[in-house]
Amino acid sequence: MESPSSLPASDLTLAAGEPGRAPEAAPARVNLPDRAWAVLLTALGLGVLLVAAVIVGELWRIGAPAISHTGLKDFVTRSTWDPTRDIFGAAPYIYGTLVTSAVALVIALPISIGLALFLTEMAPPSVRSVVTFPIALLAGIPSVVYGLWGLFVLVPVLRNRAEPFLQRTLGFLPLFQGAPIGLGYLAAGVILAIMILPTITSISIEVLQTVPGSLREAALALGATRWEAIRLAVVPYARAGIVGATMLGLGRALGETMAVTMLIGNSPTIRASLFAPGYSLPAVIANEFAEATGALHTGALAALGLLLFAVTVLLNVVARLLVRLSRRGPARVRA
Amino acid sequence: MMRSVRGRRAVNRAMTALCGLALLIALVPLASLLWLVVSRGLAGLSFDFFTALPAPVGEQGGGVGNAIAGTLYIVGIACLIGVPLGVGAGVYLAERGESRLGDAIRFTAEVLSGVPSIVVGIVAYGLVVLPMRSFSAIAGGVALSVLMVPTLARSTEELVRLVPQSLREASLALGVSQWRTSLKVVLRTALGGIVTAILLAVARAAGETAPLLFTSLNNQYWNWRAGEPTASLTVQIFNYAVAPYKDWHDKAWSAALVLLLLIGTLSLAGRLLSRNRFR
Repeated sequence: MESPSSLPASDLTLAAGEPGRAPEAAPARVNLPDRAWAVLLTALGLGVLLVAAVIVGELWRIGAPAISHTGLKDFVTRSTWDPTRDIFGAAPYIYGTLVTSAVALVIALPISIGLALFLTEMAPPSVRSVVTFPIALLAGIPSVVYGLWGLFVLVPVLRNRAEPFLQRTLGFLPLFQGAPIGLGYLAAGVILAIMILPTITSISIEVLQTVPGSLREAALALGATRWEAIRLAVVPYARAGIVGATMLGLGRALGETMAVTMLIGNSPTIRASLFAPGYSLPAVIANEFAEATGALHTGALAALGLLLFAVTVLLNVVARLLVRLSRRGPARVRA
Repeated sequence: MMRSVRGRRAVNRAMTALCGLALLIALVPLASLLWLVVSRGLAGLSFDFFTALPAPVGEQGGGVGNAIAGTLYIVGIACLIGVPLGVGAGVYLAERGESRLGDAIRFTAEVLSGVPSIVVGIVAYGLVVLPMRSFSAIAGGVALSVLMVPTLARSTEELVRLVPQSLREASLALGVSQWRTSLKVVLRTALGGIVTAILLAVARAAGETAPLLFTSLNNQYWNWRAGEPTASLTVQIFNYAVAPYKDWHDKAWSAALVLLLLIGTLSLAGRLLSRNRFR
C-alpha cells in the first residue's frame, strides 16, 4: 500500500541535493532555508513521538505512587475501592469493562461482518454508495448523545421488553437472572455494540476490498454459489484483517466512556447477571477524577487510566499489524 | 459431502438475506436516535436557547449560550496547538517519511488514534491542571489537541501524497528550492483537502466529553479567560441527562440537537469544500 510517488521521489530529491541526508555529497547545493525546512518538518514529525512519550510519562508520574502503595497484584484483583481509607481494588471496574465489551462484541461482530459482506460482495454498487454515508454518520455521533439516547430509549426498552423476554426464554442461565432494571451491563454492552459497529464494518470493508477478484471468480467458475465463494475464497483471504478490525472495535469498546458511564448503573460490584448494574474503568475515572480526595485517589484513578492505555495500545498494535499484513495478502499471515 | 444444488442455493439465499438483515439492524438505532434528537430537541429551541445562560432547575427559559461559546473556545485553543503539529507531522510523513523513523511515526500515529479519550484527559490534567492549580479552558484545549494530532497527521499525509509528482518535479526543475516547493506548490495544491481534514477533526473534537470532564470542567457563566473553568456543550448535555429533572432532560435533547447541528455543519462544510477542490 505504499504510495507510488515514493519511487521517483528518491532520485529527484537526491538530484536537487537532499539537505538532510547527504550534505557532504553535494555541499554547494545545500542552502540554509532548505535545511531549516527539513529540520522543522522532522521536528513536527518527532512531535507525534513526543506526544506518545508524554502520555506514557504523565500517566506513570501520576499513577505509579498509587500502584506501589497498593501493589500491582492487589490493585487488579481486590474488589474493594474505598478512597477514604486508601484502599484501591480495581477488580469490579476491570470486570465490568470486560463484560460490557464482550457483550458488545457478541452483538456487533455478526452484524458488522454480515453488513461488510453484504456491501462488498452482494449488494449492487448503488446500495453501497447510499449506505456508506449513514454508516459514517453513525461513527460521527458523539458518545454523550448515544448515552442520552440510551438512557431514554434503550433502557426503557430493555427494562420493559428485552430483559423480561430474555428471562422467560433463557432465564435458566445465570446471565439472565435477577430483576430487570434496565441500567446495567446489558444496556452498556448494547450501546457499545452500536458504537463499535461502524469501526468494525468500515475496516472489514477496507480489508474485503483488497481480496483479488480472481479468487472470487475462480470459485464461482467452479460452480460455487455466491455464499460458497465468500466462505471458501473471500473470507479465508481476509481473515487476519477481519480479526484486526474486531480488535480495533474491541479497543474502542474498552475505552468508551460517556455512554457507558450513563448506562452501566455505576455500582462497584461483581455480578454474574447481565441485568445487574456494574461499573467500568473509564466510568469510574469519569465520575471520580474531578472530585478525587487527595493525591493517592487521583493516582489510583490515573493508574486505572494507565491500565486502560496499556491494554488498548497492545490491542491496537496487534490489530494494525494484522490489518497491514492482510492488505498484503494472506500467504505471510498463515505461514 | 456434496449437497444438492437446490440445498446450496437455499443456503446462499438465506445467507444473503441474513447479511441484508444486518444492514436493517444497523440502521434502526441510527434512525431512532436522529428522529428523537430532532423531535424532542426541536421544541426547546429558541433564540434564548442559543444566547442565554443556563436557568436553575424549575425556572422557565434559559439556554446554553455559554456552553456553545465554551465549546468553540476550547476547540479553538485545541486547533492552535493541534493543527500545526498534526498537519506538520503529516507533511513530514509524506515528504520525508520513507525511512524507519517515518514508519515509526506513522505507526505511532495509528496506534495513538486508538487511545481512549478519557486517558488523554488524565494526561492534560497532569500537564496543565496540576501546575496551574485550576481547571481551565487551556487544559481542555490541550486534551482535544492531543486527540486531533494523530488523525490529522494521517489524513494530511494521504492528501499530500495525492499531489502529482510531476508538479513537484516541475517546480524543482525550475530551480525553486525544496522548502518553497513544499510550501507553495505541494501544500498549496493539497490545501483544500487539508482544510477539509481540519474541519472533520474539529467536528470530532467538538463532540468529545470525557477528556473535558476534569480539564475544562464546567461553568454556569460566560467565561473568556483561558485559565478558568469553561462550559462546553457536551459536558452540559451529560449533566442535564443524568439529572433527575424533567425540564433538564428536555434541555439535554435540545442541546444534543444543537451539538449535532454544529458537528453536521462542520462536516458538511468540509465535504463540500473538498468536492469543489477535486472536481
